[in-house]
Amino acid sequence: MPLISEKELKASYDVIIVGSGAGGGQSAYTLTMNGVKVLLLEAGRNYDPLTETAMFQTPSAAPLRGISLEDKPFGFYDATVDGGWQVPDEPYTNASTEAENKFWWWRARMLGGRTNHWGRISLRNGPYDFKPYSRDGLGVDWPMSYQDVAPYYDKVEMLIGVYGSNEGLENTPDSSEGCLLPPPKARAGELYIKKHVAKLGIPVIPIHRAILSVKQDADNIPAKLHPGNPRAQGILAEAMRQRAACFWATDCGRGCSIKANYQSTTVHLPPAMATGNLDILPNAMARAVTLDAQGKANGVSFIDKVTGREITAKARVVILAASSAESARILLNSKSAKFPDGLANSSGEVGKNIMDTVGASLGGQVPAFENLPVHNEDGAGDHVYVPWWLYKEQKAGKLDFARGYHIEFATGRRMPNVGVAGPAKPGYGKAFKEDLRRTYGSFIGFSGRGEMIPNKDSFCDLDPSVKDKWGIPVLRFHWKFSEHELKQALHMHQTFARMIEAIGGKVGGKPATDGAKAIKPGGFIIHEVGGAIMGADRKRSVTNQWNQCWDVPNLLINDGAPFCSNADKNPTLTIMALAWRACDHLIEEMRQGNL
Amino acid sequence: MTPSENPVRQMPRRIALKWLAAAAAGMALAGRLDLAMAQVPTKSGKPIGTDPVLNKDYKPGELWPLLMSPAQRRAAAALADLIIPPEEGGLKPSQLAVHEFIDEWISSPYDQTAKDRPVILAGLDFLDAEAQQRHQAVFAELNAAQQGGIADAICGATPATPAYRPQVRFFDRFRHLAAGGYYTTPQGMLELGYVGNRPTATFDGPTPEALKHLGLA
Repeated sequence: MPLISEKELKASYDVIIVGSGAGGGQSAYTLTMNGVKVLLLEAGRNYDPLTETAMFQTPSAAPLRGISLEDKPFGFYDATVDGGWQVPDEPYTNASTEAENKFWWWRARMLGGRTNHWGRISLRNGPYDFKPYSRDGLGVDWPMSYQDVAPYYDKVEMLIGVYGSNEGLENTPDSSEGCLLPPPKARAGELYIKKHVAKLGIPVIPIHRAILSVKQDADNIPAKLHPGNPRAQGILAEAMRQRAACFWATDCGRGCSIKANYQSTTVHLPPAMATGNLDILPNAMARAVTLDAQGKANGVSFIDKVTGREITAKARVVILAASSAESARILLNSKSAKFPDGLANSSGEVGKNIMDTVGASLGGQVPAFENLPVHNEDGAGDHVYVPWWLYKEQKAGKLDFARGYHIEFATGRRMPNVGVAGPAKPGYGKAFKEDLRRTYGSFIGFSGRGEMIPNKDSFCDLDPSVKDKWGIPVLRFHWKFSEHELKQALHMHQTFARMIEAIGGKVGGKPATDGAKAIKPGGFIIHEVGGAIMGADRKRSVTNQWNQCWDVPNLLINDGAPFCSNADKNPTLTIMALAWRACDHLIEEMRQGNL
Repeated sequence: MTPSENPVRQMPRRIALKWLAAAAAGMALAGRLDLAMAQVPTKSGKPIGTDPVLNKDYKPGELWPLLMSPAQRRAAAALADLIIPPEEGGLKPSQLAVHEFIDEWISSPYDQTAKDRPVILAGLDFLDAEAQQRHQAVFAELNAAQQGGIADAICGATPATPAYRPQVRFFDRFRHLAAGGYYTTPQGMLELGYVGNRPTATFDGPTPEALKHLGLA
């Protein structure tokens, strides 16, 4: 993608966006399609999925067969550039040395951020998820309802392309007619599991993922998304025609050179660039939001990583979409006489209420899957999942934890990896080969993804002494799961064991008897949100329902930071829906001269 | 020998200790390996880094030097071929450079793979020493029955006698890597029954035979 260098920066922009992932990409798209002049700052390097993605490489073409390593934690072919739970030159700290009180912070430093490698699971928050406090007295209600956000879920699904189905289940919203693309067929093992866990009352339904199972309707969708804006319609139609449908091969986490899945770099940024309204400056590490004499945001100071110089770019409006924790860090580092505790922090809530997703996994081996007749089961990652199915039991107080989880699972004859010998019987030669052939594809893994309730022990602040390579103070995390999360993780393990038994399988290892042993560390699931929550009361929140900071109305936070809760539904789709909604509101405010 | 020339000193301490323990155990129990075996090659090479070029083919030895001696490499090739004998018309693991992958693995600058180095190198030396003891030839020159006799002693299918017990771990790790190396090649994937990684216009789901197999037809 042709990007600018710092020498080509214009004197001023309408809007500066910090970050180019889901929130930043969506913001850049919505604003530029409506004629707003935007500068997008990205802390990482330029990245071109069309030329850089390893689409058909097998592990035998990678160093060490592509295994997970400390510098490529999701394996060699994972799309992530300069990222992981540790990033070169950019440390963070934890206040505690205890493992259970540490937060793992994943970042990617590349154009498009984490959207290049994410799992593409695109589930809507439901009505309960926007009003959790009203439902069970825990956590915080959002200042708007599902009905307020639903139109934007529709828009985002139509724009990025999401496969899935409408099942009419409780708090698992249906999409409007014409939003979803058809779901792929379930695999053999998925159908088998569906049949056999039904007796446990556990539903298995098509999952929603941001992948084009068929080409998008470029003739009709653009007019629905941009009514009265023929130029935007034309640009989007052309961008949609450049995207191919999935060809049902290669792992989505590698990124997609045919643009069949959503990543900001293939879906949001190309049409935004085509408007001529977008400058993207990579290698620009934001330090702080700058203010004018009245205390309004007027730009962003950043380090040009190429030259090491600090530069300030100017704009009428600033949008932070740097990832929830990074945006909190920028606010905390934007100190001034007017804002001595960090920008937009009169409530004291910046850095508070950080949440990840509760994760726990259990696997097994299923004799029924042995010697399955050979056929291609690649597909496109997850095709089905188990939505949370115990809302009524939970409401009735029959469970000892307050919020739900969904279950993702993997079956099938997927591309072999270096662990293929696994638990094969001792021996060698023909018998060994036969043993591997028999059991290949018979292993399953269940992963729970559950809601965490915000708590006072999980937050971030600035480390008093540690700074990154550029001298910017780094985040220090404080972390603790409550009993709700620990009991939920235990319930996951117990449920997975029952499911494996229900399909006649053997559980690998022992199900945990203690949730603390089952739960993954905070940050491990990479769904961190919160840190600048929205609300109806400016004393208890950082932004209003349009992601506008109460203290600085021309400063928006369009990533996961304003989330009031972190439902089991993966956050990316909601980040995009809220960013689009916030930008629509912003455009109207700018038109009316309020900003 | 200065500290910087002492290869064992340049290894991460816990790897060096494990290597020495394995080597010592092998020597003591086999009773016929000399101290030259303790000359562990120097750890070298850089990690892959956080931004490698992804869409190119990498060969073992490209990113860091391979550390097996020529004799160890021959033994590794022969053992890989014994563990995973070729199908009719198929290539042997050694012809697919599976032993070079194992060399890449144990030679890497990553502790998580390099921890196999002492076990694998000592085990490969054991194979030749055992072959010399039994048949007055190196392992790679033995016939299949002779190689099998040695493998049977250490493969763990039946309890190993005390003299061979330290090599059971070697065989298990070597087999793990040989299978991992082989079944991640296109030939190995096909043999295992993996037929994906090819573009198709539609995803058709399970075949009628697969559904019948699972009682879902």
